[in-house]
Amino acid sequence: MLAKRIIPCLDVAHRRVVKGRHFRDLVDQGDPAELAEAYASAGADELVFLDIDATVEGRATLIDLVTQVARRVFIPLTVGGGIRTTDDMRELLRAGADKVSIQTAAVAHPELVKAAAARFGSQCVVVAIDAQRCGPGWVVLTHGARQGTGLDAIAWAGELCRLGAGELLVTSIDADGTKSGYDLALTEAIAARVGIPVIASGGAGGPQDIVAVLTEGRADAALAASIFHSGKWTVDTLKAELQAAGVAVRI
Amino acid sequence: MIGVIDYGTGNLASVTNALDYLEAPWRLARSSSELLASDTLVFPGVGAAGPAMARLRATGLDQGLHEFLRSGRPYLGICLGMQLLFQSSAEDDSSCLSYFPGQVGRMATSEKLPHVGWNTIDVSRSSSLLEPWNGKYFYFTHSYVVQPAEPEVICAVTDHGGAFVSAVAQEPIFGVQFHPERSGRDGLQLLARFCRLAEEKVRTLAG
Repeated sequence: MLAKRIIPCLDVAHRRVVKGRHFRDLVDQGDPAELAEAYASAGADELVFLDIDATVEGRATLIDLVTQVARRVFIPLTVGGGIRTTDDMRELLRAGADKVSIQTAAVAHPELVKAAAARFGSQCVVVAIDAQRCGPGWVVLTHGARQGTGLDAIAWAGELCRLGAGELLVTSIDADGTKSGYDLALTEAIAARVGIPVIASGGAGGPQDIVAVLTEGRADAALAASIFHSGKWTVDTLKAELQAAGVAVRI
Repeated sequence: MIGVIDYGTGNLASVTNALDYLEAPWRLARSSSELLASDTLVFPGVGAAGPAMARLRATGLDQGLHEFLRSGRPYLGICLGMQLLFQSSAEDDSSCLSYFPGQVGRMATSEKLPHVGWNTIDVSRSSSLLEPWNGKYFYFTHSYVVQPAEPEVICAVTDHGGAFVSAVAQEPIFGVQFHPERSGRDGLQLLARFCRLAEEKVRTLAG
């Protein structure tokens, strides 16, 4: 049986892992390659690197970082942040990324998802959705959650699936940074709509939140950042808790 | 020397990084002659069957592969590199290398596709390569699966809303549906074991 995946997320700016993706004040969390190696040896199932800089200079740094990490870490690596074209993706995949994550560009040019799936295969194409509660549902935000789109998040998830996305990385902007639990209704609604894996993000404070999103929230994987960066939980201690709660994880 | 087949579209970094980490000497095989000069082959296929077969034919690598597979030298096909060993694939309706009788079809499952993530392998018959990893987790990412016409080539199966074939062998030709190069320590150890088995086989052939 497929195990539920635990995915530490490393937000990278200026060659460092930082905290505060949707906030202005960035706090240094450490060296990306060192953290990646530590998480992998503690049993992380995958790693996600998000370039929150997403400048031209940042891109060169990111490629350099992916190259380094891919030589030392032998679990799947997903890289995102500022990707606009299939050539951008090719560069990151050549550097050693296994998957690329796109978000703002997918909203601006949905055909990019289709082109990426055709060129590299759906298994390479993760599309991120930043969703915010709005009335009875959720709307999609872009540009680091600073800009609204008016798109309904659940309908958008269905459209991405149709375009050939391989996985959806769903972040609740309401829950992100709160450490008070994932938006279970959001991931549940998206998982019910699409037939592709859903990675839940935003709001992890402890094992009980992760158990909830992987069961009630129907997510296939849980992404978390600060609970690992802070040293509060390591991937292996977290997985032991999940296993005790009856969640299938790779130990 | 291990030849790593490069047909121009796959992502090779994961496999070559793993071989470097294991200190296993390798070089890229981009043509039929480079391929046939290798004493062991690793084929890390990623992507869709149609474009991959088209590239193999355009570069003449398909002819080299036919000859190599019948030469008794060791081969490890990963993911698409295993699937292409069969006769045809329902993905893009492509004809393949026909080393093993059987087809490649879309996985029949009530579960999500693509099948992405870590799943266990059930080693269903004695295999010099896979034996130590019965019940262990490996990383998969695919929607298509091999359907061998000869059940005796099946080495391992995996469950995803029904059993599918996750490894085949007719030694020294091996194929795995999962990605050992992305499967952490177990994956690296499996690759190391393949390299050792391959070395022994090559010595026997030379001797």
